Amino acid sequence: MPTMSEKILAKASGKESVEAGDIIIANIDIAMTHDLTGPLSVQSFEKIGAEKVWDPSKIVIPFDHQVPADSIDSANNHILMRKFVKEQGIENFYDVNAGVCHQILPEKGHVVPGNVIVGADSHTCTHGALGAFATGIGSTDMAMVFAEGNLWFKVPETNRFNITGKLQDNVYAKDVILHIIGMMGADGSTYKACEFAGNTVSDMSVSDRMVLCNMAIEMGGKTGLVEPDQKTIDYVEKRSNKPYEIFKTDLDSDSLNIIDIDVDDLEPQVACPHNVDNVKPVSEVDVEIDQVFLGSCTNGRISDLRDAARILKGNRIAENTRMLVIPASREVYSMALDEGLIKIFVDAGALVSAPCCGPCLGGHTGIIGPGEVSLSTSNRNFKGRQGSPDGKVYLSSAAVAAASAIEGRIVAPE
Amino acid sequence: MKGTAWKFGNDIDTDIIVPGRYLIYTDEETLASHCMEGLDADFDRKCKKGDFIVAGTNFGCGSSREHAPIALKGVGVSAVIAESFARIFYRNATNVGVPLLEAPGITKIIENGDEIEVDMDEGIITASNGEKIEFKKLPPFMLEILNQGGLIEYLKNKR
Repeated sequence: MPTMSEKILAKASGKESVEAGDIIIANIDIAMTHDLTGPLSVQSFEKIGAEKVWDPSKIVIPFDHQVPADSIDSANNHILMRKFVKEQGIENFYDVNAGVCHQILPEKGHVVPGNVIVGADSHTCTHGALGAFATGIGSTDMAMVFAEGNLWFKVPETNRFNITGKLQDNVYAKDVILHIIGMMGADGSTYKACEFAGNTVSDMSVSDRMVLCNMAIEMGGKTGLVEPDQKTIDYVEKRSNKPYEIFKTDLDSDSLNIIDIDVDDLEPQVACPHNVDNVKPVSEVDVEIDQVFLGSCTNGRISDLRDAARILKGNRIAENTRMLVIPASREVYSMALDEGLIKIFVDAGALVSAPCCGPCLGGHTGIIGPGEVSLSTSNRNFKGRQGSPDGKVYLSSAAVAAASAIEGRIVAPE
Repeated sequence: MKGTAWKFGNDIDTDIIVPGRYLIYTDEETLASHCMEGLDADFDRKCKKGDFIVAGTNFGCGSSREHAPIALKGVGVSAVIAESFARIFYRNATNVGVPLLEAPGITKIIENGDEIEVDMDEGIITASNGEKIEFKKLPPFMLEILNQGGLIEYLKNKR
């Protein structure tokens, strides 16, 4: 009996059924590239000698990594991509004022259950939170998709994380996924679909499920997935008119490996330098921090901003620490303004920036210098990820980030 | 193929291969000049055309940036030989024409700076002391793509 990945890929490849290990060619429902991987995709597309993209309504291009342009080289990349958008009649283009690609795609209704989604960005696995099969690809593969509308895949086996228990106060989806990655290791799910199930996941909001799926790649996963339920349907129907189809995993599938995780007693977690699988409970980490970054496709959503604001309200950020708050999209920014969250951040001494990827990949703003320590709600703490290779990056939830900003050192929220 | 082996550890991520701040560039020469700079700032000057990278498990983990295999191609790496590879990087490297050879046990027999020989047809790597190790031979279609310098050249030549 098939897993949901097998069912989605069977449908997309026009077959009755497919099995893990099969090589198939799947039709693509949405192809996404952004301002940083886009130029290579466009160059490859032109080298192939293709003239027109297969379907301009199925390509989504958000600018998010270098926005607004911070150098002439970035501006040139933007010019190249805007020209491509215009020439090809790409219908879903989001310029510098929109937000982070993995927030824009679900928020603007481009992702629905049962879709096959590819993105020239490794965190494309985020979109499996809505029951789609979504995976990151490179620029040459993206050029092939632009030209043909399909791509070859090896059908993956599935690691299904059966997560049960009630999360304690101040413990969030981010703590759950860091705990799982610490347990599995950075290559513990290589080439596997990572499904997140169990009553803890059922209790989670769609945003929380995106946090889980977003980080599937950090254990090598090909995609993250959550079976759609009423919460998924409510989220999708509010945002999209696209037809959708719900697929679920048959638990007797041969290609399924079920891993039970009990989170009743889980403490807030931190990933320590320089690997995402170097995970410890916050209580075992005592480190002074120079910079806190609240944002990114992992934890820049409105619920994250609310969690942080609740802790920061009426407090000041520690003297030797700076905090950067970057809402994941204009919609999130606008809600945060309406709810008074932005004022709480500014009054606490934080810098609030326009939606973008920010310091997450160390290419744009909020770069750290040699010897500096960053605590970040993003997804990667690789050596040099946020700037100097002699800096250090720790990863945590929004709540730990906010509590730590007040203390100037990594602490759990009380 | 013969060349010097440059040895790295486990979980060499794409931020190490090309840091994020250089992704605004797409040309091979610029990307090559920053290859592996987080671990070895002089790597682009040390690595000669035809040399090999030897690494542990999960080589190429992290982002989908194709800039990473382009940089390796630019410094002249003729193949990356590792205990295992991350998934997106595997596809990208093949697409741009950098062979990836999976050879479990390789880090035990090769030291940094060793002169090694790789026999692509037989699937055998020979260390400088004569010790041999097998790698998983690449399927013919993949060799064809690599021999022509990547997927795009392969498709253009097929037309």
